[in-house]
Amino acid sequence: MSEANLTALLLSLKLASVVTLLLLLVGTPIAWWLARTRSRWKAPVGAVVALPIVLPPSVLGFYLLVAMGPEGPVGQFTRAMGWGTLPFTFTGLVIASVIYSLPFMVQPLQNAFQAIGERPLETAATLRAGPWDRFFSVAIPLARPGFITGGILAFAHTIGEFGVVLMIGGNIPGETRVASVLVYDYVEALEYADAHWLAGVMLAFAFLVLLALYALNPERRGQGR
Amino acid sequence: MNREGIAARFHLDYPDFALDVDLLLPGRGVSALFGHSGSGKTTLLRCIAGLEQARGRLRVDGETWQDGKHFLPTHQRPLGYVFQEASLFPHLSVMGNLRYGLRRVPAAARRVSLDDAIELLGIGHLLARRPDRLSGGERQRVAIARALAPSPRLLLMDEPLAALDQARKQEILPYLERLHGELEIPLVYVTHSADEVAHLADHLVIMDDGRAVASGPLSETLARLDLPIRLGEETGVVLQARIAERDARWHLARAEFPGGSLWVKDPGRDIGAAIRLRVLARDVSLALDPHDRTSILNRLPAVVSGLSEGGHPSARLAQLQMGDSLLLCRLTARSVDALGLETGSRVWAQIKTAAIIE
Repeated sequence: MSEANLTALLLSLKLASVVTLLLLLVGTPIAWWLARTRSRWKAPVGAVVALPIVLPPSVLGFYLLVAMGPEGPVGQFTRAMGWGTLPFTFTGLVIASVIYSLPFMVQPLQNAFQAIGERPLETAATLRAGPWDRFFSVAIPLARPGFITGGILAFAHTIGEFGVVLMIGGNIPGETRVASVLVYDYVEALEYADAHWLAGVMLAFAFLVLLALYALNPERRGQGR
Repeated sequence: MNREGIAARFHLDYPDFALDVDLLLPGRGVSALFGHSGSGKTTLLRCIAGLEQARGRLRVDGETWQDGKHFLPTHQRPLGYVFQEASLFPHLSVMGNLRYGLRRVPAAARRVSLDDAIELLGIGHLLARRPDRLSGGERQRVAIARALAPSPRLLLMDEPLAALDQARKQEILPYLERLHGELEIPLVYVTHSADEVAHLADHLVIMDDGRAVASGPLSETLARLDLPIRLGEETGVVLQARIAERDARWHLARAEFPGGSLWVKDPGRDIGAAIRLRVLARDVSLALDPHDRTSILNRLPAVVSGLSEGGHPSARLAQLQMGDSLLLCRLTARSVDALGLETGSRVWAQIKTAAIIE
């Protein structure tokens, strides 16, 4: 395999790993809130989180590009802080990917938290566990299937993203040129042999991920009590 | 605890249901909250646990758990709660479940040893198992031991037997009776089963439509003619008795209660042992003279202390006073007329059977 391929694949893996870790931190509280709130903000927040599922990645990428650009609100903030602008950097790509893959982490987690129901948490409260204690000792272990599903989906979805990367990351080798973009480059340049190599690796990866998802996480309904 | 007991006053408004109670429960023994489904008994229990935020106040053992200004959250209340479904944590073993609450209580506050709780509920052989490998009855026993392990000052149980079949109920009842006999912890027990009340309760609270319509010692309360809810075939009283005499030839024992004694099947207990006798109103009949020749063994002089409707136009319920004890008797309006019964009449109560339930 060519060095360009290897660099792009490693970059894809690095991006997906960082994004998945960040999504665990960001997505868990959002999912917990969505699963338990009775606020009237539940529906709007849920809809915003789910937007990336429906929006064409190019549209999402366009807005992110504008927002992070020198004149956008995020761009003005990052420039004021002395960080420069985010588009065409790895950091910008990470932030865009976190937003793009958010629903794939939040929705399985939200479903898992909802499936736990009120009872195990009430039981824990009668056994002297405070709110944080209940969350870590009961909610998180019982939502394990949701964490596995959400983690695998968010990781795989980040590996597979293309439109957002193109809009916001461009095509900088080792910085933002991930595997999905490189395949596109090969095809444009009619380098089909290289395209086959990279596409084949990604096909195998996608299959293995889905296999792991189905094998590791059989239906676990009815275990909530 | 004996000094103050549990003083609870709650007010809760839901769109389709209101709870409005003001109760004083004894600080020892078993208080049964009895009523039909929808009567508010579970809601009341949840208010005591702090799982439901009602307006009002609650004092337990002289400590305020809730008043107008303060609301002690559930996890800071020293209570044990057993739900209708065992609600064991599926991700923990039986031992992990038992230790969950125990670990969260400082060593100095532990008064019930885990070993005692395990022994009392007979679950020593299950400790390594996962909850999904237990039978329904075993699961509920683990849930009870788990509630005991953190040394609660008050035990709350919400129909712990209701989800079990008859055989499993019979499996657990003896453990609950042992709990009753061996622990100093007061227990508030929600049930809609008159049978469980007869087995376990010392104090009876009758709930109806969100209110406590009767509250008092078990025997007195059961013998009331003005009970607002009908127990039908299960109408009857519970007598606290002691074995006074055993007749080896006929395998009978004489159970003495304040106001008389009854010959019952010998339960094999020692003289002096305390037993509970359940006498159903339908098993009591009345006569004006002591018949000499009858198969009925127990015939006691009594005074009619009240008469009321019996649930059907043909039926009447009579309350009988025997010394310090009360009995209920189901009879027809026609018999009341034929015998000329009225409050104050002297009668002979014939008791066909008395079930020994403890």
